[in-house]
Amino acid sequence: MNDSVNQQIVISGVGGQGVLFITRLLAEAAIIKGISVFTSETHGMAQRGGTVLSHLKVGNFSSPLIRPGNANGLLALKPDSLARHGYFLKPGAWVTINSRETLAAESEFSTYTIDADKLAQRIHNPKSVNLVLLGFALAMISDMTGNNLFCNLEDIKMVLHQRLAKKKQMLNDALKALETGFKEFRN
Amino acid sequence: MSKPKLMLGNEAIAQGLMESGCVMATSYPGTPASEILATFAALQKNGSEKRHIQWAVNEKIAFEIAYTGSMAGLRTAVSMKQVGLNVASDPLMSAAYLGAKGGFVVISADDPGPHSSQTEQDSRLMAMMAKIPVLDPDSPRQAKEMIATAFELSEIFEIPVMLRPTTRVCHARQDVLSGNTLPHKREVDFQKDPARWAATPKFRFHLHQELEKKLHTISAYKKTAPIRLNAEATASKALIVSGVAAAHVKEILKDFNLWDVLPAYQVLQPFPLHQDFVSHMFKTYSEILVIEETIGVIEMQLADRHRIKGKLNGSVPVVGELLPEIIQQIIGEFAGISTEPIDVPSEPGVRPTLCPGCPHRAAFFAIKKAAPKGIYPSDIGCYTLGLNLGAVDTVLCMGAAVSQAAGFYHAYKHEKKQPDIVATIGDSTFFHAGIPALIDAVVQDVRFVLVILDNRTTAMTGNQPTPAMGMGACGEPLSSVEIEGVVEGCGVKFCRVGDPYQLNEFTALLKEAVKHSRENGPAVVISRHPCLIDRFREEIPGWKPIKVEVTDTCDGCAFCINHFECPALILNKKEEHVRIDPILCNGCGVCISVCPKKSIKEVKNPGSKDQDFENA
Repeated sequence: MNDSVNQQIVISGVGGQGVLFITRLLAEAAIIKGISVFTSETHGMAQRGGTVLSHLKVGNFSSPLIRPGNANGLLALKPDSLARHGYFLKPGAWVTINSRETLAAESEFSTYTIDADKLAQRIHNPKSVNLVLLGFALAMISDMTGNNLFCNLEDIKMVLHQRLAKKKQMLNDALKALETGFKEFRN
Repeated sequence: MSKPKLMLGNEAIAQGLMESGCVMATSYPGTPASEILATFAALQKNGSEKRHIQWAVNEKIAFEIAYTGSMAGLRTAVSMKQVGLNVASDPLMSAAYLGAKGGFVVISADDPGPHSSQTEQDSRLMAMMAKIPVLDPDSPRQAKEMIATAFELSEIFEIPVMLRPTTRVCHARQDVLSGNTLPHKREVDFQKDPARWAATPKFRFHLHQELEKKLHTISAYKKTAPIRLNAEATASKALIVSGVAAAHVKEILKDFNLWDVLPAYQVLQPFPLHQDFVSHMFKTYSEILVIEETIGVIEMQLADRHRIKGKLNGSVPVVGELLPEIIQQIIGEFAGISTEPIDVPSEPGVRPTLCPGCPHRAAFFAIKKAAPKGIYPSDIGCYTLGLNLGAVDTVLCMGAAVSQAAGFYHAYKHEKKQPDIVATIGDSTFFHAGIPALIDAVVQDVRFVLVILDNRTTAMTGNQPTPAMGMGACGEPLSSVEIEGVVEGCGVKFCRVGDPYQLNEFTALLKEAVKHSRENGPAVVISRHPCLIDRFREEIPGWKPIKVEVTDTCDGCAFCINHFECPALILNKKEEHVRIDPILCNGCGVCISVCPKKSIKEVKNPGSKDQDFENA
């Protein structure tokens, strides 16, 4: 096991947006790389359109939950997520937010916004907002010095290939969404 | 050796059952336990061994079936959420006396928080009351290991054993190694022994004595004894932790450089607590802090109150989940170090709501039309969210909608004016606990309408089949029982079926039912339309999604927003106009009949969805 990496990421949105799906992709990527992983998820009634929050801890951890002030990053599928879940972040953490408007940057964090709803519409896959945002985040983090994520775009693609091996159309749509987000940052 | 796999805690538990040679598993769905049986059924599909795996009508029945399998010599398990254990508590208390033959594991998943439950009750206390051992896992990995331990313990001592995971174990994912599946060693062989299996009170007394002896030996059983986490620490104060709180504590001690300072012990078996351990703790330490969820079950078994800190002296909160940030502060105070206080903003989350196009929403709208001043008892399920629509006044526990309707009727029946009473209950909940209450209501001539929200599935917990579906846990065909027949069999004279998507006809049917109930006793309306997110749903023949649009006559009165609350209806306050979100809209078309200004219309020649969104 590779225990040198210790990263904690909060992923938030509302039920139906696919928060659990991208949490799982990241967790599977960690396992492929031989790193231990913990996630904690919201199930049950909240999944009916309510706030959904995932904790992802990659590395040497024993608890499934992130303590406030300890997260390295936040993937936010809704614009108001930073106000609601920002307290999990440590100073200097990265934040990727799906928002129509560019949010005022908070000096405490490295904040990047993307209109993932619009991009998902553009590729005729409105339910792929989660993957567009994930692709964008992968590009953004690899671009930041001192913020190397435990996995990269190729790792996530490999997980998608494994998970959707028997569903060609879904796989192609998912890869397209991921790359759309990734390229959006590079543009 | 196989590679580790990412497993949900519940999947790890199911994997553990499979590896331990469990051949009968039963359950009734409930968050956070539902995925245990579903995963066990999925694993069974790939295997060749013959097992019995079933969703039972309720937890009591699930318990009794699995327990009897153990009586007949097999390894069996029953899983449920903590409030399900209340339903199964009758057989639980008795089974503890009679004991097990084949290993029998009761998995009761607790929900400190609570995240998705009526209560934060602690199943470990139920184990203590029943006098059976209980194991308290801290992670998916440990939960899987403990299944094997539980079966061993159960067979050695011929006693039911409880595994008590919490939400943070059930719904955490972790890399877990699969082991080899044990071949079935146990043969089915029911040994008649009426003095035990049908014990009369006189024999029960002896069985109780035997049970106490078993517990005494189990409280010295090596394999489940508490673990010293950090042998190097030498302070005169110590921590006792268990379950997920133990997982949090391990990280906190390391992060605050207390790992080599504060001795910490993890209890694996909170009841019965190991007696040597208790002596050791009192002999060694001047002060002991106990951190556990949700009730102080370990703490209660530590008799010296002067040296124990925990829930009983107010050092640890007695209500709510022990989040790691709370534990951090408790340990900081105990160790005499300052941990930064954490400021958690009280931003309200988005409240859950019924899905766009959910047939329940239409049914609730119709109920409010048919009995606008009525009392609306309801029940446990997705339709509890009828709260948002003002169509749910009470929610108590499974099946209570029917008996609470009766309670309201009897409370008001001597008054001059009686309110209309319209109760709602889901199809699965009706089967679970509504039927005896309906018989009672017929006998007592209770004047109320029962709307059975029949969406052909157990929706809230992940679309498990109901008895009306004719489908088993592994997807196999089974016999089915239809709700109409049950209702009529209970003696109800007025029983009609309607589709809530046909809002006007359905409202008229409800009005008829209300009128009937005022004079003639119970009336039942079965509101039948399949759940939209059920992957097994059978489409209604000839039904197609209806594309709707809002016309210019909309003045933004917000009637549809306030009284129908469909997430696909969005009010633009500036423009005083409602629009339809084409991504969210599922095309039920019910809102056409909801709008009082007739401003929502069907689009006869639907264009592209994407274009609508870009313009919106």
